[in-house]
Amino acid sequence: MEWVNVVVQGTLLGGLYALFAAGLSLIFGVMRLVNIAHGDLIVLGAYLGLSVTTVLGLHPLLALILVVPVMAGFGYVLQRGILNQTLGKDILPPLLVTFGLSVIIQNTLLETYSADPQKMNAGALETASVSAAGLSVGLLPLLTFGTAIAVIATLQWIFYRTALGRAFRATSDNPEIAQLMGLNRRHIFGLAMALALGVTAIAGIMLGIRTSFDPSIGGGRLIFGFEAVIIGGLGNLWGTLAGGVILGVAQTIGAKIDPGWQLLAGHLAFLVILALRPNGLFPRIDG
Amino acid sequence: MAAFLQLDQVSKAFGAVTVADALSFDVPSGEALGVIGPNGAGKTSMFNLITGTLSPTSGRILFDGQDVTRSSAAKRCRAGMARSFQVPQPFSGMTVFENAMIAATQAGGMHGRTAEQFCLEVLDQTELLDRANTLAGGLTLLGRKRLELTRALCARPKLLMLDEIAGGLTDAECGALIQTIRDIHARGVTIIWIEHVVHALLAVVDRLIVIDFGRKIAEGAPRAIMESPEVQEIYLGIEADA
Repeated sequence: MEWVNVVVQGTLLGGLYALFAAGLSLIFGVMRLVNIAHGDLIVLGAYLGLSVTTVLGLHPLLALILVVPVMAGFGYVLQRGILNQTLGKDILPPLLVTFGLSVIIQNTLLETYSADPQKMNAGALETASVSAAGLSVGLLPLLTFGTAIAVIATLQWIFYRTALGRAFRATSDNPEIAQLMGLNRRHIFGLAMALALGVTAIAGIMLGIRTSFDPSIGGGRLIFGFEAVIIGGLGNLWGTLAGGVILGVAQTIGAKIDPGWQLLAGHLAFLVILALRPNGLFPRIDG
Repeated sequence: MAAFLQLDQVSKAFGAVTVADALSFDVPSGEALGVIGPNGAGKTSMFNLITGTLSPTSGRILFDGQDVTRSSAAKRCRAGMARSFQVPQPFSGMTVFENAMIAATQAGGMHGRTAEQFCLEVLDQTELLDRANTLAGGLTLLGRKRLELTRALCARPKLLMLDEIAGGLTDAECGALIQTIRDIHARGVTIIWIEHVVHALLAVVDRLIVIDFGRKIAEGAPRAIMESPEVQEIYLGIEADA
């Protein structure tokens, strides 16, 4: 029973990791951009949530209504203003520029909010739990997991059922022809980044309710996100959810054996999968 | 009457290589114009100049009463030009229907149900309806050529440019394709068709031009052009391997 509990907790933790990873996966899928600043953007989302909750006295989950559009708008401007200029045959410029962006975001947060750990207060939600079949499961982790599924289902729907998704896929499939057909690549990429940062805002707020955060933790969140994406297979959103769950379960199992092994166990699981299935467990099948 | 498409002394050179040399011709509205010439004569480059993926070194291109010489390819596409590519370039990870929808919504300016309905009609006409949900990357050569035609048609073109769409097809496949193109022409769409498969071309076009070394060397009624000595000379050996 103890171990069942460990797996359940790990699965729910995986929901948070999938939220970290979804934006990363989306951006890579649409424009082959590896966003090194992704972790710091998650933390930025958390801090924006903190500001909204302290200034307006809103519940963190209600803060989403403001933070998601703000982050999405920021994403569009960031893409059109800076990142579009870095995209080309060479993969190095986007890496360097997003690395620089990561440093800028971290230091801006440090300057604005100081290095003290912060946390958002979600009231009773933080400790509420439901019990079933001898297991006690926190309502917040459950909510996070449910949100991850909803986010990924929505992204999947946008990608495969809407005109916007068709435009995303056409642009990533054959940019020259897409351009000839009148698709404006810069605008499409801007929309993709807006969508990705909207999801990132959700990830940031879920993170900020669950644990304390400070400006330096972005790098770690980036690694979890990367690992989830790679375990699941590049460009496959449901795979990303599975990758997050595998990472989460590996971590809680590691922590169960020895509390110091939590992160190590996650990284080991990632390395094993990378060695055995370099393309991830569920790589996208191209026609 | 004014020409629907007019090339006026259009030239393009890459260093010492001239792909278009003071190329001038008119295409009246509703005409089907055939273009022939040896490999490397500059036929596809001429399409690139007309559609805007290449910009000319000198000369002017007029389309539907507008000077489009400096317009972007996307703008010309929305103004009513559509082309197929000699080497099919589908969005291979998307279905045939989705490929059509991109053309209909982006280039054709349609939305929602109207666009879907239109795409289905075009797919029916190009005989791809039963493959609508297949990934474009999984199509046969004929399927890919038909998809090129489908995408061009879904853009609701006023000017349809076909680049060697019959090349590599069997006689039966070619016959079906000719019928499809004839039907499109019959509805009043202006067509420019580059083709090595001469019998296919002659079954459709009203007029022929011959291009060699980026220059127009002959122009006129299809039969007369094919029988002229200079065409006979440059065309010997080409028809055989087409």
